[in-house]
Amino acid sequence: MTRELDMLELRHRGAGPGGAVTPPPREGEAAGGDHETESTSDKETDIDDRYGDLDSRGDSDVAEIPPSLDRTPEILKKALSGLSSRWKNWWIRGILTLTMISLFFLIIYMGSFMLMLLVLGIQVKCFHEIITIGYRVYHSYDLPWFRTLSWYFLLCVNYFFYGETVADYFATFVQREEQLQFLIRYHRFISFALYLAGFCMFVLSLVKKHYRLQFYMFAWTHVTLLIIVTQSHLVIQNLFEGMIWFLVPISSVICNDITAYLFGFFFGRTPLIKLSPKKTWEGFIGGFFSTVIFGFIAACLLSKYQYFVCPVEYRSDINSFVTECEPSELFQLQSYSLPPFLKAVLRRETVSLYPFQIHSIALSTFASLIGPFGGFFASGFKRAFKIKDFANTIPGHGGIVDRFDCQYLMATFVHVYITSFIRGPNPSRVLQQLLVLQPEQQLNIYKTLKTHLIEKGILQPTLKVS
Amino acid sequence: MTELRQRTVREDALPEDKELESEAKIDGETASDSESRAEPAPPPASIDDTPEVLNRALSNLSSRWKNWWVRGILTLAMIAFFFIIIYLGPMVLMMIVMCVQIKCFHEIITIGYNVYHSYDLPWFRTLSWYFLLCVNYFFYGETVTDYFFTLVQREEPLRILSKYHRFISFTLYLTGFCMFVLSLVKKHYRLQFYMFGWTHVTLLIVVTQSHLVIHNLFEGMIWFIVPISCVICNDIMAYMFGFFFGRTPLIKLSPKKTWEGFIGGFFATVVFGLLLSYVMSGYRCFVCPVEYNNDTNSFTVDCEPSDLFRLQEYNIPGLIQSVIGWKTVRMYPFQIHSIALSTFASLIGPFGGFFASGFKRAFKIKDFANTIPGHGGIMDRFDCQYLMATFVNVYIASFIRGPNPSKLIQQFLTLRPDQQLHIFNTLKSHLTDKGILMSTMEDE
Repeated sequence: MTRELDMLELRHRGAGPGGAVTPPPREGEAAGGDHETESTSDKETDIDDRYGDLDSRGDSDVAEIPPSLDRTPEILKKALSGLSSRWKNWWIRGILTLTMISLFFLIIYMGSFMLMLLVLGIQVKCFHEIITIGYRVYHSYDLPWFRTLSWYFLLCVNYFFYGETVADYFATFVQREEQLQFLIRYHRFISFALYLAGFCMFVLSLVKKHYRLQFYMFAWTHVTLLIIVTQSHLVIQNLFEGMIWFLVPISSVICNDITAYLFGFFFGRTPLIKLSPKKTWEGFIGGFFSTVIFGFIAACLLSKYQYFVCPVEYRSDINSFVTECEPSELFQLQSYSLPPFLKAVLRRETVSLYPFQIHSIALSTFASLIGPFGGFFASGFKRAFKIKDFANTIPGHGGIVDRFDCQYLMATFVHVYITSFIRGPNPSRVLQQLLVLQPEQQLNIYKTLKTHLIEKGILQPTLKVS
Repeated sequence: MTELRQRTVREDALPEDKELESEAKIDGETASDSESRAEPAPPPASIDDTPEVLNRALSNLSSRWKNWWVRGILTLAMIAFFFIIIYLGPMVLMMIVMCVQIKCFHEIITIGYNVYHSYDLPWFRTLSWYFLLCVNYFFYGETVTDYFFTLVQREEPLRILSKYHRFISFTLYLTGFCMFVLSLVKKHYRLQFYMFGWTHVTLLIVVTQSHLVIHNLFEGMIWFIVPISCVICNDIMAYMFGFFFGRTPLIKLSPKKTWEGFIGGFFATVVFGLLLSYVMSGYRCFVCPVEYNNDTNSFTVDCEPSDLFRLQEYNIPGLIQSVIGWKTVRMYPFQIHSIALSTFASLIGPFGGFFASGFKRAFKIKDFANTIPGHGGIMDRFDCQYLMATFVNVYIASFIRGPNPSKLIQQFLTLRPDQQLHIFNTLKSHLTDKGILMSTMEDE
């Protein structure tokens, strides 16, 4: 407990003087002052050499990068000015948590399109935060072209992914417009050409004394794109499957964060991992059980509503998204016979559950057991680069990446889970691809399908009217 | 000049980082000196890997020509090796691609270790190779599922592996990820993250593109041979043109490249591509998609060549008509595509080479490794090929063929019955609209 107090003090203290630090371009000097022993000889040698030493030195030799300004709004500060600094931080954190949760509910109410925009916004902000850290680590503000190139690559990769999504889900809309048809047909080629333009610009922008830095930033950008952009698109794919596949996993991760924290706060004794000294085994296990129960209940509640359960579709007539359908078997109550020992405990023969609730146990288990590894990865990253938080976007919490670090593994898992266990390929995508084939191929496929359907009895042989 | 180079060759018997750096500086000087004479000289390898046989045979020649000969002989050896592999068939080609991929990965990772002095990081070597295995498993699984569909359906364990393939791959990757997190050691966080990033970028570049090469191969061996040959031809032609006519430097990154070499190489490669595709389009074994035959349990390349590989008459535009004196010319349509491929190989391919040069300068290394005497590592030879492989794959997907019909049928069979019916009816109405399907043709 006392360690936590110290932690809170440290965090607050870190936020305080950080407010006095001037904006990032000058931080280069502040951190540069720490390599004073080499700075005199560095003037003559290659800048690359200096960073070569930076790479191979141990962590302890590298200076800490001070956080940027303290962004707590004035209102909050005034309201809480009476309380001691530890409780003040507790309150700020608590208020912000509630604000974020209400914002989340509001956006869910506003619908899937707003959710997509939110996901896109978060993705862009996360990318920005991580790239800014890269700039600070490598003092590479003045590298020619590099900011432009990083954002250009982000744009290219987003264009590629959104293009693939649009083609799949907006098939009817796309069929109507001529230019869109062209863009869709040659989508991969156009995306590749765009990416290649960026690649060639990078090669042409290599400057003699900054090769290593430029390659580092290139790699940094690509790894960030790989982690953030691909997974935000998996989130959107999950969303299109049905909002419940978006809500339940995210809520499970958030619930696990909160309940593990609470269990750790009240019962925490045995440390879990050296990377994050605040985590404890008690918090971990307590969080696991509470998250499974929470997931179970949330799944039960949400499965009742078509709004959450149906795949999101785009209707061209009304030009908007609709979620209306016949709920699949996954979301229809079924009776399960209880295993004998539970029968004795609950004194019931059967229980009616949604099959989705069984799946939610798998999702919650992943969120509690493996999700924290995403958090440990981010902690390790912060320690490696000696930063306290990814950014200071959310007062009391740090940057957006701090909030979403556990979510990323979750999004990929849910996507893989859905494709492996729940549904097969997307029907509209199959249709789309069928329509693109050559006529003879289409005819062949038509004949094969017909034979298959008749065999299965799905199609009656007498139905020959077109 | 030659004595200096020989001295550096003998001194640098041990591959220390510091010595590599100083050697790079010395060679940088010799390179720039020789530039002024417009005679690009090949840089010597740090360890002299040349086999004893060659050494003795060429011992009486001066060291500059010796290097020239070593390089030349190795080039011919590699080309001959390439032909032998083509003769041996697609299965052997796939294995060679896989080996090249593993060797490239090994070379780049070794450079990472050297740069970061991270030999003693716990677990890291194991983890890098484990990630390579995971990603390869994922990609090979997808390829096998697509192309060996019937084989997979027969064998029970394969069927399960294929059905839950993505889940299994993801689990394997996740295990590696968790092991990485658990292996983070207090004083080495930054190094470990660097190596993690380095491994992933290398995987992204090397492994994904080697799999695109294999996809191209399955499309038809000509789609594998013509692009690779164009890149090799461009390398050699640009070198020759630069050697004989080179005067204006092309880019600061690679002082040995010249505009004359670049443009000469471009035209030579386009002509070479046209000729090569003309020769190859005649043979079925190159032109047909590679298929796996269940009965004979081997790969077959036997089919009816598509329109792309049938001679057609083209009218020559007016101005060339007066030059050549022919009205029409008979060409394969594939030759038109080969112009696009050769153009890409000559104009954009070199950017892959510049990227690798920049990388070597950034990390102050001469060559990626010393696998091939006179040439450097495998990566040095294949750096231009990677962009090419991706381009060919995107080109095929966009302009040549559509989606794979058997894969579509496979996907269709996994859908629900009502979805199947819906798709069937939509397809039916589409075909009837287009007039491809006549309602009278519906006889069983």
